[in-house]
Amino acid sequence: MNLVNVSSSPHLHEQVNVRRVMWTVVIALLPALIAAYLFFGWRSILITILGVVAAVGTEALVQFLTKRPITISDGSAVVTGMLLAFNLPPLTPWWIPVVGSIFAITIGKQIFGGLGYNPVNPALLGRAFLMASWPIQMTTGWATKLANAGVATVSGLKQTLITGGNAQLQNLITSATPLNLAQQIRGDIVAGTAGDSARTIFHQLSSLDYIKELFWGNIGGCIGEVSAAALILGAAILVYKHYIEWRIPIGYIGTVAFLSWMVGGIDGLFSGPILFHIFSGGLILGAFFMATDMVTSPVTKNGRLIFGIGCGLLTVVIRTWGGYPEGVSYSILIMNIATPLIDKLTPQKTFGYRKKSNK
Amino acid sequence: MCAKTFKGGIHPHDYKHFSNHKAIEIFPTPEKLYIPLVQHIGRPAVPIVKVGDEVKKGQKIAEAGGFVSIPMHSPVSGKVTKIGPYPHPTGTIQHAIEIENDGKYDWISELQDDENYYSLSSDKMKERIQEAGICGMGGAGFPTHVKLSPPENRPIDTVILNGVECEPYLTSDHRLMLEHPEEIIEGLRIIMKVLGAKRGYIGIELNKKDVIIIFKQMLRDHKNINVVSCQLRYPQGAEKQLIFAATKRKVPAGGLPMDVGVVVQNVGTAFAIYEALRYHKPLIERITTISGAIVNEPKNLKVPIGTPLSQLLEFCGGTSEDIAKIISGGPMMGFALPDLEAPATKTTSGFVFMGEKEVVDTTEATCLRCGRCVDACPMNLLPSFIADKVKNGQYEEAMKLGILDCIECGSCGYVCPSHIQLVQWIKIGKIEANKLKRQDK
Repeated sequence: MNLVNVSSSPHLHEQVNVRRVMWTVVIALLPALIAAYLFFGWRSILITILGVVAAVGTEALVQFLTKRPITISDGSAVVTGMLLAFNLPPLTPWWIPVVGSIFAITIGKQIFGGLGYNPVNPALLGRAFLMASWPIQMTTGWATKLANAGVATVSGLKQTLITGGNAQLQNLITSATPLNLAQQIRGDIVAGTAGDSARTIFHQLSSLDYIKELFWGNIGGCIGEVSAAALILGAAILVYKHYIEWRIPIGYIGTVAFLSWMVGGIDGLFSGPILFHIFSGGLILGAFFMATDMVTSPVTKNGRLIFGIGCGLLTVVIRTWGGYPEGVSYSILIMNIATPLIDKLTPQKTFGYRKKSNK
Repeated sequence: MCAKTFKGGIHPHDYKHFSNHKAIEIFPTPEKLYIPLVQHIGRPAVPIVKVGDEVKKGQKIAEAGGFVSIPMHSPVSGKVTKIGPYPHPTGTIQHAIEIENDGKYDWISELQDDENYYSLSSDKMKERIQEAGICGMGGAGFPTHVKLSPPENRPIDTVILNGVECEPYLTSDHRLMLEHPEEIIEGLRIIMKVLGAKRGYIGIELNKKDVIIIFKQMLRDHKNINVVSCQLRYPQGAEKQLIFAATKRKVPAGGLPMDVGVVVQNVGTAFAIYEALRYHKPLIERITTISGAIVNEPKNLKVPIGTPLSQLLEFCGGTSEDIAKIISGGPMMGFALPDLEAPATKTTSGFVFMGEKEVVDTTEATCLRCGRCVDACPMNLLPSFIADKVKNGQYEEAMKLGILDCIECGSCGYVCPSHIQLVQWIKIGKIEANKLKRQDK
C-alpha cells in the first residue's frame, strides 16, 4: 500500500487561504472602482492601475533583492495599491500613486518582514507620506461628474460660496469634497464671519436630497470613497464570507454617527447631520476596508470593538476641530499603533470562567 | 421550540449522506481479533488469560487495572494466540490480546433476560455496568461507573444523553437511535436512577429530524425526559456546549459537568448500559461507521471489538482510488492512522477514508491576525495567541491564556486562512503545561 498522510486533526478545512482572502478583497473593491469610473472618468482607473502596478512591482523587487520567496500572487500588494489609489484625488499627477505605493510597500510593509508583520496599514502610511510631502497634489484635483470639466480649489470654492448665489450651488458642491465645505462653513460660523447663505448651504448639505447624492456617489471626493452604495455592496461580500467581522465597522460608524450628531452641527449640541457625516468622506471605505485590515487590527473581540470606537472618536475630533477636513486615515493609523496594547489589555474570558471562590 | 445552541463554532459540510440511510449491518466475525488493553481513559486493563488459553464469548480476559479502569471481554470463542504490542486506533502502539476465532461463538454462559432490572438498587446497577466493561462510547472513553459515582458534595439533578453526533461523516449514533430508540430511553432511565437525577435530556442535531420525531413520540409518557433539538453547528456535541444548549448552565473553566449537577453520556453508552443491565451482556461489540467519498459502499456496521480496520474496509467493498488518509473517528477530532492494521475499540465511532484531493494542505503561512480562530472558538479562547506562545516555548503564558481549557475541537484550524496547525501546537503545549501543573502541586 502507498504511504498515507498522517497529520494532526482537524482533517477538514474550510475552502480558504491567504490568497483567496486577498483576491476576494480585490473583487469587493471593484464596485467602488466602477463607480469611480462612472463619476470621474477613465483617469481614476489609470491612477488605480498605476498604484497597483507600482505596489506589486515594488514587492517583487524588494523580495528579490532580499532573497525571499516572491509572494506577489497572494494579492496583498494588489490590495495595498488599490487602497492607496482609492485615497487619492482623481486628477492627481500620475507619479503620486507610484511614489505612494513604493513607499507603502517598502517602508510600510516589507521593512518589517512582509505580510503579517506590518504594524500599520501600508496604504494609509503611504497616503500619510504623500500628504506630508505633496499637500497641494493631494488636496486638489477633484473631478466633477463630467471628467476633467471643473477643477476647483478649496479657497476659490469658499469664496464663491460666500459671495455667490444659490443658482450655482449644486454645480459647485459637486466639485469639491463635501466634508471640506462643511468644515469651512462650520469654521466660519464659529469665527462669526459666515453669512446666511453659508447656513443655507450647510442645511442643504444635510438635506435628504443631498444625502441621496452622497449615497450613490454623485459628489466630489477621492477615487474610492465616492460611492457609499458601491462600497457597501463590496463590504457585504466580505461580511458574508466572514472575512471581516461586524465589531470594527459597526463600532466605528456607530461612534461617528453618535458623536457627529452631538458636535457636528451648526445649531448647537445634538444638531449634527448624522447621515451626512456617515456617507461623506472616507468613512465607509475606511470602516469596511481599512480599519478591518486583519494584520493591523486587534484579534480579541472586545479589542475590535474598542478599536472601532477609538477610530470613530478620533475621526470626529479631527473632522470637527482638526486642521484637516477628513480624519479617517489618521484615526486608523493611530489606532493601528495602539493595536498590540489593545490586544494585551482585553484578554478574553474562557467559556465558563468564574472568579476564584473558596470551595 | 426553537433549536438550541452555543456561541462560536463553525458550519462544516456534514458528509453524512454517504451512510445515514444505511441500516446497521452485522459484520461477520473475523478470524483474528486484537483487543487492546487500553480502550479508555485511566489505567490499562490487566490480562487474566495466557497465550494458549481457550476462551468463550463474553469471557473476561482482562481485569480493570484500578477503579478508573475497565475490564475487557472476548467477543468470540477461541484461543489466545499472543499478548503484545499492536497498532492502536489512536495512532500509537498499545498492548493487545490476540484471539483466534474458532467460529463456534460459544457464550461463557447463556445470556439471561432479567426483566426486573429496573428494580435493582443503584449500587447493584453500577456494579453490573462496571462488570460489563463500559466506558464512554462517544470518543473519550471515560469509565462509565466512575462517571456514575460523583462525590457526595456534587448532587446530580440532570442527565443528558449525547446524540448530537456533530462530527462530519459519522452516522453510527444516528442509526443506533433510529433502530433502537426504546433501549436508549431505558438506558437513560437507568442512568437517572443510579444518579438520582430528576431530569433527562436527549440532545440531537437538526440533521437527524427522523430521530427527533421518533423520540418525541416515544417520550410522551416520560414527562421528565425531553428531546433537545440542537442547531447544526460544530462542536454542538462537545460536552460543555451541549450542557449549555440544554440547560443554559456553564460548566466552570477547569471544572467538570458534575460541578453544575449534570452528567452527560453518549447514546451508545446508554444502549450498552441497557444491555448490561437486562442481559448481563458485556461490551464486546459496537456500531461504527465506515465512510468517505472513496469508499465503495459506506456502511454502518455492528462490529466485534478488536476487528482490524483492513477487514472492515474489505467488507465495505474497498476504495475506488488510492487511500491518501485514514482517520479513526471523525475528521474534526479523529486521529490519522498510518495503515489499516489498528482494530476497532469501544470508542471507535467510525473510520473515514480520504483520497488525494480531499487531504488538507498543512503548509503553514504567516498568521494574518485575522481573528477568525477567535470567532470560531467555542471556549472563547485566543487560539492563535496560544499557538504563538507554544511555538516560543512560553508554556506558562499559554496556561494564562487558558490552553488547558481547550477542547481540541479543531474549529480554529478549520477556519484559519494561513492553515496554521493550531490544534497540533495546542496539543504539544498541553503536554508541557500539564507537566508544569504537576510540578506546582
